[in-house]
Amino acid sequence: MPRIIRNTSIVEDDWQVLTLAEGETPAAVALPAGPVLLPLAVWLARRDEIIAGGRPIGVWLDSHEGPEALAGDVDRFAVIAVNFPKFTDGRSYSSARLLRERYHFAGEIRAIGDVLQDQLFYMRRCGIDAYALRADKDIDRALAGLSVFSETYQAAVDQPYPLFRRRQAQGSA
Amino acid sequence: MYRYDSTDQQIIDQRVAQYRDQMARHLAGELSTDELRPLRLQNGLYIQRHGPMLRIAIPYGMLSAAQLRKLAEISRRYDRGVGHFTTRQNMQLNWPQFEETPEILAELASVEMHAVQTSGNCVRNITTDQFAGVAPDELTDPRPYCELLRQWSTFHPEFAFLPRKFKIAVNAAAQDRAVIRAHDIGLDLVSDDRGEIGFRVFVGGGLGRTPMLGKLVRDFLPRRHLLSYLDAILRVYNRYGRRDNMYKARIKILVQALGIEEFARQVEEEWSHLRDGPTTVPDEEFARIAQHFSPPPWETLPSPDPAHLNRIEADRAFASWVKRCVHAHRTPGYAAVTLSLKAPGVAPGDITDGQMIAVAELAERFSFGELRVTHEQNVVLADVRQRDLHEVWQIARSHRLATANIGLLTDMICCPGGDLCALANARSIPIATAVQDRFDDLDYLYDIGDVSLNISGCMNSCGHHHVANIGILGVDKNDEEWYQITIGGQQGKEAAIGKVIGPSFYAQEVPEVIAALIAVYLEQRTPSERFIDTLQRIGIEPFKTRAYAGRDRRRPAKVDNREKEVVNA
Repeated sequence: MPRIIRNTSIVEDDWQVLTLAEGETPAAVALPAGPVLLPLAVWLARRDEIIAGGRPIGVWLDSHEGPEALAGDVDRFAVIAVNFPKFTDGRSYSSARLLRERYHFAGEIRAIGDVLQDQLFYMRRCGIDAYALRADKDIDRALAGLSVFSETYQAAVDQPYPLFRRRQAQGSA
Repeated sequence: MYRYDSTDQQIIDQRVAQYRDQMARHLAGELSTDELRPLRLQNGLYIQRHGPMLRIAIPYGMLSAAQLRKLAEISRRYDRGVGHFTTRQNMQLNWPQFEETPEILAELASVEMHAVQTSGNCVRNITTDQFAGVAPDELTDPRPYCELLRQWSTFHPEFAFLPRKFKIAVNAAAQDRAVIRAHDIGLDLVSDDRGEIGFRVFVGGGLGRTPMLGKLVRDFLPRRHLLSYLDAILRVYNRYGRRDNMYKARIKILVQALGIEEFARQVEEEWSHLRDGPTTVPDEEFARIAQHFSPPPWETLPSPDPAHLNRIEADRAFASWVKRCVHAHRTPGYAAVTLSLKAPGVAPGDITDGQMIAVAELAERFSFGELRVTHEQNVVLADVRQRDLHEVWQIARSHRLATANIGLLTDMICCPGGDLCALANARSIPIATAVQDRFDDLDYLYDIGDVSLNISGCMNSCGHHHVANIGILGVDKNDEEWYQITIGGQQGKEAAIGKVIGPSFYAQEVPEVIAALIAVYLEQRTPSERFIDTLQRIGIEPFKTRAYAGRDRRRPAKVDNREKEVVNA
């Protein structure tokens, strides 16, 4: 079974990412058995059918697809994956933050795609808590990428207060 | 100036460890060249024409004497004993060894320095007025705001992989010396009618191949909202800026495509979710940072200092230097001094290790141990007693740091160009040298007076040629170096983008073309006019006509495509 990083551990995981092949349409594509991360278009086209199926639901957002389309439904998802088509495409950092901070999504946010060790720290800060590392990379080694810095300046999902507020609290304590 | 606390230091130390590990993984084959590239760029390491180049951050241009000594030591030990100051107030080392760069970063960290985000598609070094804190025309010291932005932008988790680089500048003075409207975000410190400090926010400025001036996106942003509002701008840009074409990926293209009203609306909408959140900056934090920039213990001194006036009277060379290189200071009896890095025959902005030590000593003896780098690629001692100016001048002169040409034609901004830079289409340093040679008579330069001349070796416009009164841009045509000339650009509150005068010139023609432009000015000027004033009054045509007089044979029927982009911009 494939392995991913979830929180700070390596675990086995059987969610599959469904992508539409040439000629397949969201309305007609066959949904595989087992846990599956659906393309946004499939979710939007077949929402009622998928909900009626009664299985845990996962969806994935490509980097140009914002989380707005899921806004009213976030509580239905066990997993929302955000895609990094290239690791230099930073849009999914914003998507993850919006899912957490604006839409209050409490389930798993998983990074998929070109996911590499040196992005994990930023991803974690933006609210991503599972990482499907690129298959050719050493996942055990990549764990170190989560804990590069022990302190940060900005407020983000992992730390709701910027350093200046915490400095202030310390100073006045 | 700002001093690190243990947390700031820990963050920078951990950055060094992270980079060291990245380089080790790269050398072990675990991190490919393409995978390393954005990581090394965000630590300032480029691969250039002859090898690596390391760009060291100098946040808003502030340096202590101890830091400059360290830069001297690093340049001697790891490079060729010379550094180059850039228009982002940073320093570039042109000859470091790839494998030694982690060591250099560790050395920098020992003096609270780094190379964080000096390249890459992220928020770059924040720049400001070199006379911050001492300028008589200043509303308030901009440096605390710059430092706040430095911390906010350092390893911002959401904005490390933007569509393209992102530059921010802050101005707090009546004269904008930071060219804020040539930045992705320009912040102009203002106070409202109740005396509250805030910002006029400009967005979408930038030079490069599509030069544009920033547009006003918010007329007054109370200072406590600075970070949440910038988060909103950056989020809109991160999500919707173009990523399909790197030449159209800067925020200016997004602002242009949406129109400033629609862009502002999207930012306000995003900001409505963020404002008044935890990132709101309390007054206590502004006060904490501002303490680091408390004025040094200025003495009560006579102003003007009588001994200083006598020396000006007695020594013509000194008087010339004072006229060009000494600037007004808000405190009686003090002055700010620009040490020119534009001596004849020297690449503009270059400083040797020996000069760095000399400047550090001058700063320690005469200016409270601090100095500033200017975006015009010179160095400033901000707090010199008027009575010490003569001695400072003598020492500076002995190190070739007292060329009395600040603001004159030979005080050029110039990128490293084709001699060093892999992106360049043409060399820029030999053009600078040729102009210096053509205009080697200081008295003639004084007569010409204030005029800016900037040189870029390619469309990326690192030499800021668009905002110079006379701009020179290197272009490549069939593997030959040609130079396109723009006139009418300006920095400051009246910032303007220069206009191309026509087809480009051979390198050998450039000095005479400049001389022709200057001749038109000298013939046409009224007694009070600067070059730019005359140009604005009489228009571009007389200059154009003179520049091409007798050169018709080289005037191609059509402007080539590369030029057209600028012509149309």
